[in-house]
Amino acid sequence: MRENTRFWRSMLAITWKDLALEWRSREILTAMLVFALLVIFIFNYALELTPQTRSEVTAGVLWVTFAFAGTLGLNRSLSVEKDRGCLDGLLLAPVDRSAIYLGKTLANLIFMLVVAAIVLPIYSLLYNTNLFLPGLALVILLGAIGYVAVGTLLSSMAVQARTRDMLLPVLLFPIAIPILLAAVKASSGFLQALPFEEISPWLNLLVVYDVIFISVSFMVFEFVVEE
Amino acid sequence: MDRSKALTTLDIVTGLLMAGATAMVFFYAPLEAVMGEVQKVFYFHVAAGWVGMLSFLVAAACGVIYLVSARKDPLKAVYWDRVAVAAVEIGMVFAFINIVTGAIWARPIWNTWWTWDPRLTTATIMELVYAAYLMLRQGIDDPEKRARFGAVYAIIGFMSVPFTFFSIRIFRTIHPIVIGTNEAGAMGAFDMTPKMAQTFIVSLVVFSVLFVDVLWHRIRLAALADKVEQLKLQWESQGGE
Amino acid sequence: MTPTAHPDAVIEVHRLVKRFGTKMVLRQLEFSVSRGQFVALLGPNGAGKTTLLRILATLSRPTLGEVRVAGFHLPQQAPSVRRMLGVVSHLPLLYGDLSAEDNLRFYARLYDLPSINERVTAVLELVGLASRRRDQVRTYSRGMQQRLAIGRAVLHDPVILLLDEPHTGLDQDASQMLDETLRQVVSGGCTVVMASHDLSRALDLANRFDIIGRGQIIASVTRDHIPNGDLLGYYREVTHA
Repeated sequence: MRENTRFWRSMLAITWKDLALEWRSREILTAMLVFALLVIFIFNYALELTPQTRSEVTAGVLWVTFAFAGTLGLNRSLSVEKDRGCLDGLLLAPVDRSAIYLGKTLANLIFMLVVAAIVLPIYSLLYNTNLFLPGLALVILLGAIGYVAVGTLLSSMAVQARTRDMLLPVLLFPIAIPILLAAVKASSGFLQALPFEEISPWLNLLVVYDVIFISVSFMVFEFVVEE
Repeated sequence: MDRSKALTTLDIVTGLLMAGATAMVFFYAPLEAVMGEVQKVFYFHVAAGWVGMLSFLVAAACGVIYLVSARKDPLKAVYWDRVAVAAVEIGMVFAFINIVTGAIWARPIWNTWWTWDPRLTTATIMELVYAAYLMLRQGIDDPEKRARFGAVYAIIGFMSVPFTFFSIRIFRTIHPIVIGTNEAGAMGAFDMTPKMAQTFIVSLVVFSVLFVDVLWHRIRLAALADKVEQLKLQWESQGGE
Repeated sequence: MTPTAHPDAVIEVHRLVKRFGTKMVLRQLEFSVSRGQFVALLGPNGAGKTTLLRILATLSRPTLGEVRVAGFHLPQQAPSVRRMLGVVSHLPLLYGDLSAEDNLRFYARLYDLPSINERVTAVLELVGLASRRRDQVRTYSRGMQQRLAIGRAVLHDPVILLLDEPHTGLDQDASQMLDETLRQVVSGGCTVVMASHDLSRALDLANRFDIIGRGQIIASVTRDHIPNGDLLGYYREVTHA
């Protein structure tokens, strides 16, 4: 019982530390947000988002934006640990390795959700559509969980490689394709108000992916950080 | 019989089997009524795809074994890493053969080289996963860490393949399913005659033997490369000139 | 042959081997430290000092051999060892954007210390940074960061301190202040192993000097038994033999 609460306490300590760090520096969120808005602007002109085309591609634009901004945040979140030896500091502490993984993942999830929470109203405003749908929020939550769960594991590997800055997207995107695809389809289902039966296969896929990939990453994380 | 002799024997057997399988495809299996000669690509197309999947499965399994055994005996675990890399490299070649032969078949039958069908797309994404695997390895200098990261990525990558397949599968497919039932709308489907089925099974078996043969060679090559490296280090540490 | 266990040995290393791939870094290394000793590990770059320290610190796994720290076997009992270790490396292991106080508080939480605020204040006073406790660490000079790193390492009252080149990048004054801090910290009866290539700094602090070369301890001498009291001469003689 005591060991149990210790696990959650150290996990939350790590998440809290990441949030405090971000509160002081504001590096990750600023970069993610600016980047996300730029992507939306580029799409606007690249795809000529007229009202008709827009309803079909909104989900795709949103998820490409989240995915790109997400890799930026993931990369930064793990290189902060690597650069000044802080990862060693975490490993030296009598803390379960999976608590480190979950702590970092939770912090990254919060960053992604904050970005989503800012991008959605801006997008709604720019294109005069309503994106405040509970269904869409659920899809974003499920999609972000899966994306960040795999992303945190893979970026812990990427930052330890020589080619680290370019490695994360190469490692992450082919594995994240099922989440991105399911998230795009489910989001556009909710945006077009399709009947729930047509959306639910995608939601199921997201949930199964999340559960499986969190469990596996949780188990193998210690092999990624320990020598 | 020592190892290199056994390997040479396997080489010869594999060569004969390949010749036999090729002969079967061209002279034993009957011509398919609708598609004609181009249908013959099917035997090696599926066999190559099978070997691709088998290799990636082997790589993932070796990843698991590596992670477990490296904790007990890091020196012996190196073997499993060699098998994993060998399997990935071979798998990429066979998956590529699979994609190319598929395109050759698709041109006359589907009237296009490429469609965004679940199998085609999954095969291609799978190639990308393992290209990423090789890039990851290339970026890491410490051999032990390279093996560990490779093992983790081989596991995660292999697990993502069925997800990719099913996520694309929920879209409709036009790819024929030769074994099992076809959905309505699959183009280029056909029923196998007994002779076709025999040729098909033989192709699968022969390609599996080819896989074992090539894998063996690749593992041996990796072991030799390690030995050369070791001798070089030894020579340097003795102040070689 | 079993190692003759010293009753008061805090660190015991027997036939330790560490390999990175084909490269052998530690070769059958023997090493032991008694309670209260301050051992300086001397040797040229690449001799294996950092590797040995990382293994003792539970950050790296031995390839072969026996390692016991505070009576616990490594790597099997690493979690028990971590609580007793304090580590200072040439990297500060601190978050630049957090204040000194927040850094220490974070680590205190990880070590699950009781009465965190009192302990953090006490440590900040010990390393002489109480007046700048609220400043971001990246505004600190290198010397101050290194002192805070020592504070971080002793936060949980470790019985063993491992120092890896703590003087790297410090000027004369900063080094002296760091030595002051170190002496104060050690006066509590800590056992210390410090890797260094700076002989004069080592001579100021340590009471035993072990020289490491090519992955083995090639000489060990206590402060009172240095031939002619000339550590530099002794070091040259041993390493160029």
